Amino acid sequence: MDQVSDATAQPSGRRPAAEFADTPWLDPAARPFIDVRGVTKKFGDFVAVDDVDLQIYRGELFCLLGASGCGKSTLLRMLAGFEAATGGQILIDGTDMAGIAPYERPVNMMFQSYALFPHMTVESNVAFGLKQERVPRGEIRDRVAEALQLVQLSAFAKRKPHQLSGGQRQRVALARSLVKRPKVLLLDEPLGALDKKLREQTQFELMNIQDEVGITFVVVTHDQEEAMTLSTRIAVMNQGRISQVGTPSEIYEFPGNRFVADFIGSINLLEGRVAYETDDFVAVLCPELESELRIDHGPSVQEGQKVWVAIRPEKIAIRPDSGGALPAGNAVRGVVEGLGYLGSETIYRVRLDGNGDGGAAGGRMIEATAPNLTRSARRAVDWDDPVVLTWDSAAGVVLTS
Amino acid sequence: MSDSAAPPESVAERRYLKSARRRIGRLGGHGGRGLVIAIPYLWLAFFFLLPFLIVFAISLSEAAIARPPFKLVEDLGYGLYQVTVNLGNYLFLLTDSLYLVAYLNSVKIAAISTLVALLIGYPIAYGIARTGRAWRNILLLLIILPFWTSFLLRVYAWIGILRDNGLINNFLLWLGVIDQPLPLLYNDFSVYIGIVYSYLPFMVLPLYANLERLDPSLLEAAADLGCPPWKSFLTVTLPLSLPGIVAGCLLVFIPAVGEFVIPALLGGPDTLMIGRVLWNEFFGNRDWPVASAVAIAMLLLLVVPIMIFQRYQMKEGTR
Repeated sequence: MDQVSDATAQPSGRRPAAEFADTPWLDPAARPFIDVRGVTKKFGDFVAVDDVDLQIYRGELFCLLGASGCGKSTLLRMLAGFEAATGGQILIDGTDMAGIAPYERPVNMMFQSYALFPHMTVESNVAFGLKQERVPRGEIRDRVAEALQLVQLSAFAKRKPHQLSGGQRQRVALARSLVKRPKVLLLDEPLGALDKKLREQTQFELMNIQDEVGITFVVVTHDQEEAMTLSTRIAVMNQGRISQVGTPSEIYEFPGNRFVADFIGSINLLEGRVAYETDDFVAVLCPELESELRIDHGPSVQEGQKVWVAIRPEKIAIRPDSGGALPAGNAVRGVVEGLGYLGSETIYRVRLDGNGDGGAAGGRMIEATAPNLTRSARRAVDWDDPVVLTWDSAAGVVLTS
Repeated sequence: MSDSAAPPESVAERRYLKSARRRIGRLGGHGGRGLVIAIPYLWLAFFFLLPFLIVFAISLSEAAIARPPFKLVEDLGYGLYQVTVNLGNYLFLLTDSLYLVAYLNSVKIAAISTLVALLIGYPIAYGIARTGRAWRNILLLLIILPFWTSFLLRVYAWIGILRDNGLINNFLLWLGVIDQPLPLLYNDFSVYIGIVYSYLPFMVLPLYANLERLDPSLLEAAADLGCPPWKSFLTVTLPLSLPGIVAGCLLVFIPAVGEFVIPALLGGPDTLMIGRVLWNEFFGNRDWPVASAVAIAMLLLLVVPIMIFQRYQMKEGTR
């Protein structure tokens, strides 16, 4: 019962200061709503979650993103109480969750399989959680009706789950987990079973609903697009550890390491050594490129240090090679070896000229994308064309790990 | 010239091929299917429907001192035959309370045995369905293992266990818990033991098949929504396993009602079950018409639960 009163008190309660309303994690005074402290989970010898620290704030839509088997679902199941942590501590709203059974936690989960009760109508499915709380009958009816309204399923209240489409079931599952007004809603691959069109549409619905109810969402997904669209912040997980936590744009534009850079979107990773450093840029010499790489300052590096430069394909400009000298840095010559037309943009796979030898052999592959700004049947750059690739010094990121 | 480059087959040829293909298709699909279904149906018609009709006919005849000991068709000579339909056997079943009592007692014994088998079988099935895959097959094998020994032998074995100087009584006497043997054999108790023991696998297997399919995430969902484990069992597991319960109960109840061997071997003189009454009418009294009427009445009695079972199965199918 306390979770109900707490949830209703939420709008007037400890809302973060106005300047941090949308970015509570930047507020130094904010107390994390979900505090994961050094949590480890082992299954036998296998370490599924490895010493994870994570702070999630009230009202966030937080995504745990990673490939399958990275430990994100295990972490979510530990928040729900289905798995006990081998080590570490999980606090939700200041309360240590150790030893608290799933049915006593102020969290609800939306299951990947939706886990709707097949022997109950949509209505009874949604009412199930409220009945366990012994909410008065009239209130159950009102809240179920309200929840079904929220997910636009009022007309389907009397149906059984097997009479619904996948998208409708997903919305029943959402209504069922929201109706108890939990402190935290956990969503395990909530859109995984939907087709692409429906998924995109539902993503926005989910965001609107979260905005409306103000509950903290923790979403597990392997779909980076989904994570980018939905979340306030993303934690990228790899082999049981958290690689990076940040807003979608931080994760995309300023990946902290090679794994994150490679996992999110496509990227060109160039290995090299720091040649020299000026006040404006770092120069990196890369054996695979003719010219040096100049990157606006990121982390401080030392001369001679081994680094990786990550450049997103869409930040590389491609033009036909009209001869003449290349600019001093951030420019390479190559030949188009692959071309993928995606409608809105085109992906070019460009084989670089080998270092100095001028031949097509041996050079590495660089990916560049260009938006298709005009309608044209004829391409400015086509298969086997010699091209010049250039990019801005603000385009690349220097990674040290 | 372009016209003559038309398909190599003439119209007639094509038509022939089409019909031939259709015929072949019918043989492989439709005709073949009919044949496959016809064999068991013929078998059932010859060895079940026909004997049933014969028994039904006998139940309408009159008892006679003859061979066979009934009279249905009378030869009046001159090529004339007279068929006497006699409903008296059925009326007799109603007037003599022995039959009604035997029926009710059979239903009672079968119902109690079914309930006991359910109470024992459900935890077994649940346990097997929740164990790891490697162990599950071994446990299932153990459930089926008794079938490798003859049913009759297994029932006989219970005599050795339950009788006055049997295993249980000797053990209890040796312990000093009792100073004279407990009356375990030749009463209703031993009949219950025999039926529950013999039919337990028929309860466990359909229950297992049902519980094994239960999606564990449903139980997690119930827990997540505030159900302690015992309540998730009552609100999720139990209702979802209802088809398995119905199937298991009918598979135990139906044969138990007509059970003859177990009450004959383990039952006491006052264990009245319809199977034994039937046997006595046939072989003791040599009253075939009444015995047949008893059999027909028993069959009708069992058709009702079978129909319930069928309806449940249909419901399951539509889900």
